[in-house]
Amino acid sequence: MANREQWGTRIGLVLAMAGNAVGLGNFLRFPVQAVQNGGGAFIIPYLVCFLLMGIPLLWIEWSIGRFGGRSNNHSTPFIMDSMDKRHFWKYVGVFGIFTNIGVAAYYCYIESWTMSYVFHSIIQTFTGMSQDEVASFFVKYVDVGQSTTGIPFESVLFYLICLGLNTYILSRGLSGGVEKVAKIGMPLLILFGILLAVRGITLGNTGLCADCDSHIGMNFLWEPQFDKLLDLKVWFAAAGQIFFTLSLGMGTIQCYASYVRSKDDIALNAMTAGWMNGFVEIVLGASIVIPISVGYLGLDWVKENAGFSMAFQTMPYLFNQWGAFLGSFAGVMWFGLLFFAGITSSLAMGTPWMGFMQDEFRWSRPKAAFTFGLLVLIMGLPTVFFFQEGFFDEYDYWAGTASLVIFATFETILFSWIFGIERGWKELIQGADMKVPVIFKYIMVFITPLFLIIILLGTLITPKNGDWQKAFTEKYELDHGSLIGKLTHSNIVANRSWFSNRFESEVSGIVINAYSDQKNHYVIIGDETGRVVKTYAQPITKEMVVNTGDKVEISTPLFRGRFVNPIFYLDLSRIMLLSLFIFICVLVYKAYKKRQKINRIPL
Amino acid sequence: MTTAALITMITVQALVTIISGYFFWKILTAKPKPEPDSYSEE
Repeated sequence: MANREQWGTRIGLVLAMAGNAVGLGNFLRFPVQAVQNGGGAFIIPYLVCFLLMGIPLLWIEWSIGRFGGRSNNHSTPFIMDSMDKRHFWKYVGVFGIFTNIGVAAYYCYIESWTMSYVFHSIIQTFTGMSQDEVASFFVKYVDVGQSTTGIPFESVLFYLICLGLNTYILSRGLSGGVEKVAKIGMPLLILFGILLAVRGITLGNTGLCADCDSHIGMNFLWEPQFDKLLDLKVWFAAAGQIFFTLSLGMGTIQCYASYVRSKDDIALNAMTAGWMNGFVEIVLGASIVIPISVGYLGLDWVKENAGFSMAFQTMPYLFNQWGAFLGSFAGVMWFGLLFFAGITSSLAMGTPWMGFMQDEFRWSRPKAAFTFGLLVLIMGLPTVFFFQEGFFDEYDYWAGTASLVIFATFETILFSWIFGIERGWKELIQGADMKVPVIFKYIMVFITPLFLIIILLGTLITPKNGDWQKAFTEKYELDHGSLIGKLTHSNIVANRSWFSNRFESEVSGIVINAYSDQKNHYVIIGDETGRVVKTYAQPITKEMVVNTGDKVEISTPLFRGRFVNPIFYLDLSRIMLLSLFIFICVLVYKAYKKRQKINRIPL
Repeated sequence: MTTAALITMITVQALVTIISGYFFWKILTAKPKPEPDSYSEE
């Protein structure tokens, strides 16, 4: 069965594309990045990066997609293959399918949290809970062994419902499924966002603490610290934010655009979707979490705790302050908007795989959708069961961060330098409903690739704490979070084998307390002043081999018994991702051989 | 809020809203291309 997908309406395509870009990061990552990187001054590098990297890359990806669609290619392996004589590009294009499955595996889990929290907001689970109770509710929720509702394996159940819903919608196709969800979800997301933003802005002084005032939060977010503009870290943060917020380097934009005909516009569509994402991020995203949190918890608390976890561990408690009914309603709006932001993105992640299987193996839409769901389930269940062992974070780094930067760098070089900017430019302006400034031709050739190469190098060899100033002027030290640091597990100093019969200390110091209760042994290690550095707990079935007052070094055994070390889970997650990548490469190779048989080799 | 923070916030948010609105309006008012086009319902 040939791939006969089509968009229903132009506005549907733009909303789906904007929905693909708008994700949880618009509401949770952007304000935190702004707060940590110069407040109001962050917006300057943010907008500069949007103009010099975001918009050009959007246009590049839309153009690549529409070009590929003309030869009936709807996923990046054979779209990229058709752009150059050298056939290795199809394996670079594998990233455009791999990334989506890898990200969907853990993204659907976050999406299932939002779905579950909508449910809990409706049944008013959080009403009357203290801040600590709301925070520990989340910890309990992600612990598969525990249940918040009495339903066994609650988090797994919500994950399966969420994945099932995604699979069903994908099986309805672009116009009958993805586009319909975007047309309902995006307006609702914006409406919920506006209502919560108005509340955040008008909250003012709650009187709960000395600086419990939403306007102090807004001031903190928008006060321009121009001296920060000279800090390279701020520019890297802004470039990273633009990159991830626009869903660049994923292969979804190319897939969506491949269903647009040559005579129809892509330039204005791309601009509209990109700016709509900016509106949700800068206008709505900046006006909800930080102002409301500062309004009830004060600036100091937010400075210490600003992060992703606030969405689930803090916001329900803050909504509680508005009374049972309004609190419940606000919870539905907040988690509802996060759910819509999530599902419009996760649906986009399914389309490259579906496009590939429909194009190359003539699979039906439901079959392609079902296998996507199955792959995501196989890849995703370990993130649910081993969430606390770091499985989730590894997927996020390798599939959701490193792969995007690598892929975007290659596709930009392919488009601007190998395919050729003249052909690329012609593709972009064909059928355009706006005049594209010619300056962007030069930006696409020189500035955008340069930006991406710098980001790629920055990701590879990030200096300690992202402090580039120090790295250039004083001493360079590799950060544990850099790609090389991650690859070599440079942050793991002890317990470096997968399995062992002893558990070693990861820090040096003095055992300030070693004791046992009915369930566990506890070892508390402190420094010379008695300050606690690290606390370890192991089940009573293990043998504790240190006593209070002992001096320990890194790698000194603390417990004996059989241990599965965290490094095992990290490596297992990498093996799974690598297997997925190889699996898709094999499929691409098979498809290539199939094409050879029927003489469908481009160029 | 300080004046600098207020001005930054209003300027940036107004600018982004106006630009987003402008492009969205252009999409809504753009003349459809002759059939067959990319959209099954238009």
